[in-house]
Amino acid sequence: MPELLLLILISLLKGGLVLGLVVLPGAVVSVYYERKVSAWIQHRIGPNRTGPFGILQPFADVAKLLLKEDIIPTDANKGFHFFAPLIAVTTAVAAFAVTPFGNYIMVGTTRIDLAVAPNINVALLYVFGVGSVAVYGITFAGWSSSNKFSLLGGLRSASQMISYELCMGLSVIGVIMMAGSLNLNDIVKNQADLKWNLFFQPLGFIVFFVAGFAETNRAPFDLPEAEPELVGGYHTEYSGMKFGMFFLAEYGHMVASAAMTTTLFLGGWQLPIPASVLAPIGLVEGSIVLGLLQFGTFFAKIAVMCFVFIWVRWSLPRFRYDQLMNLGWRVMMPLALVNIILTTIVMAFLR
Amino acid sequence: MSLNSLLFFLFAVGAIATGIVMITRKNAVTSAVFLIAHFFCLSALYLSLQAQLLALLQILVYAGAIMVLVVFVIMLLNLGAEEKASETLNIRGLLGITVAGVLGVQLLAVFMARPSGHNELPPIATSNGTVEALGRALFTDYIFPFEAISLLLLAAIIGAVLLAKRHLEQVEAPKNISTDDISVQHQLSDKPVH
Repeated sequence: MPELLLLILISLLKGGLVLGLVVLPGAVVSVYYERKVSAWIQHRIGPNRTGPFGILQPFADVAKLLLKEDIIPTDANKGFHFFAPLIAVTTAVAAFAVTPFGNYIMVGTTRIDLAVAPNINVALLYVFGVGSVAVYGITFAGWSSSNKFSLLGGLRSASQMISYELCMGLSVIGVIMMAGSLNLNDIVKNQADLKWNLFFQPLGFIVFFVAGFAETNRAPFDLPEAEPELVGGYHTEYSGMKFGMFFLAEYGHMVASAAMTTTLFLGGWQLPIPASVLAPIGLVEGSIVLGLLQFGTFFAKIAVMCFVFIWVRWSLPRFRYDQLMNLGWRVMMPLALVNIILTTIVMAFLR
Repeated sequence: MSLNSLLFFLFAVGAIATGIVMITRKNAVTSAVFLIAHFFCLSALYLSLQAQLLALLQILVYAGAIMVLVVFVIMLLNLGAEEKASETLNIRGLLGITVAGVLGVQLLAVFMARPSGHNELPPIATSNGTVEALGRALFTDYIFPFEAISLLLLAAIIGAVLLAKRHLEQVEAPKNISTDDISVQHQLSDKPVH
């Protein structure tokens, strides 16, 4: 079956390209981005010694992490201690498998979709499934270290992620109802001509975005690694590149969360210019230039979302644990439910 | 051998192997991890049968939600590797083996009685496992069981909340505190004591 082999080959190639050109550079760039933006917010200069404008700083960080000694605590459960960072990185990367980076391009007569696994019927559920498995990386890291601080960090993270996953799931139901599909590319296509879901689903957007912060374990929801009370949280007992993998996973999750917010609420790869303007100047669906423009638009939007992530992290203080739970269960979940009811009513009247 | 049967054997063997490992480990967390791996194998099997929604729900609900809670509880109880089950054969063990044996023979009899040799899916199966098809079936042909289960789940949720709340009130209820105790007075009045 040569067709199947070709499909597998193309998918592997696309997967490699996404991993090598999008995810890893994305994480590297966001490390630099975070350092520079945090410096800007705090009236500092930020890294400026490693290369021009300090752009080699992420590489210096990686080199430092690679050269550090990898310490495994004597009491640690070795297998779990080894696998936990792998789970964290894998789940961070896996969401990109279904993310549509653009519509499609035609090379000759072959149609190439700009996604590793395009047009999956249950793509949105896949993203949530991967997200729900991500809890294990942190939980096992905390448990296997046989350190009370780590364990508490891991447990906190598990309860936090379970609570916010619910709100996240409920907040996108409005989007699903509007698009009538769980296929991410269909959801993006539904937002053509600046009809972004952000304008129709502002409540859903807010709940989804806040839940995104909680899912990525970033400030103000970074309780699993709250330094004053939990030392380093779940990664207290990690050093060297294993710590680096948690670091990579955090930025991977941030980029993935920004990508998902963009896809669901900010029009994904849609250019902010209607297709009726683009078509006369030769930018029709399938042309390579339009494909590249869509790719670029998607990444510009992700960069903006990442900026908001960093901005919030460096300007807001951390929540207390009970505040976090109250916000999740008593504010976010009712808001998400209200959003579903409102969307249903409006859609029923507009039909 | 077609790709489908190859994938089936790969994941079927994986599912059985992880299942066996899961019940033979003494460490509760290791067992839980292999159960999660087992769920992933099952999900892959559903996918090879074109049941996309079921495959994803298997991961989302079982691996992602229920097992997280199980792992959570195991960690909170902090059962170490030392926690050993009694090795000796007792009445319960014997009974368990007997019941499992009977079940095994029954299953074997059912599968042996079925005609074998069908390893190709009927063409309708490809469109049957999608969200749309499953949703339509749930809200038309199976509306009564669907609503009945929703009601049952709602009752279970209300019951769980009620039980949790009752316990909470008992704990929080003020006990017979002698108000002479200055430290208690301090706590109750929330004002500085001179």
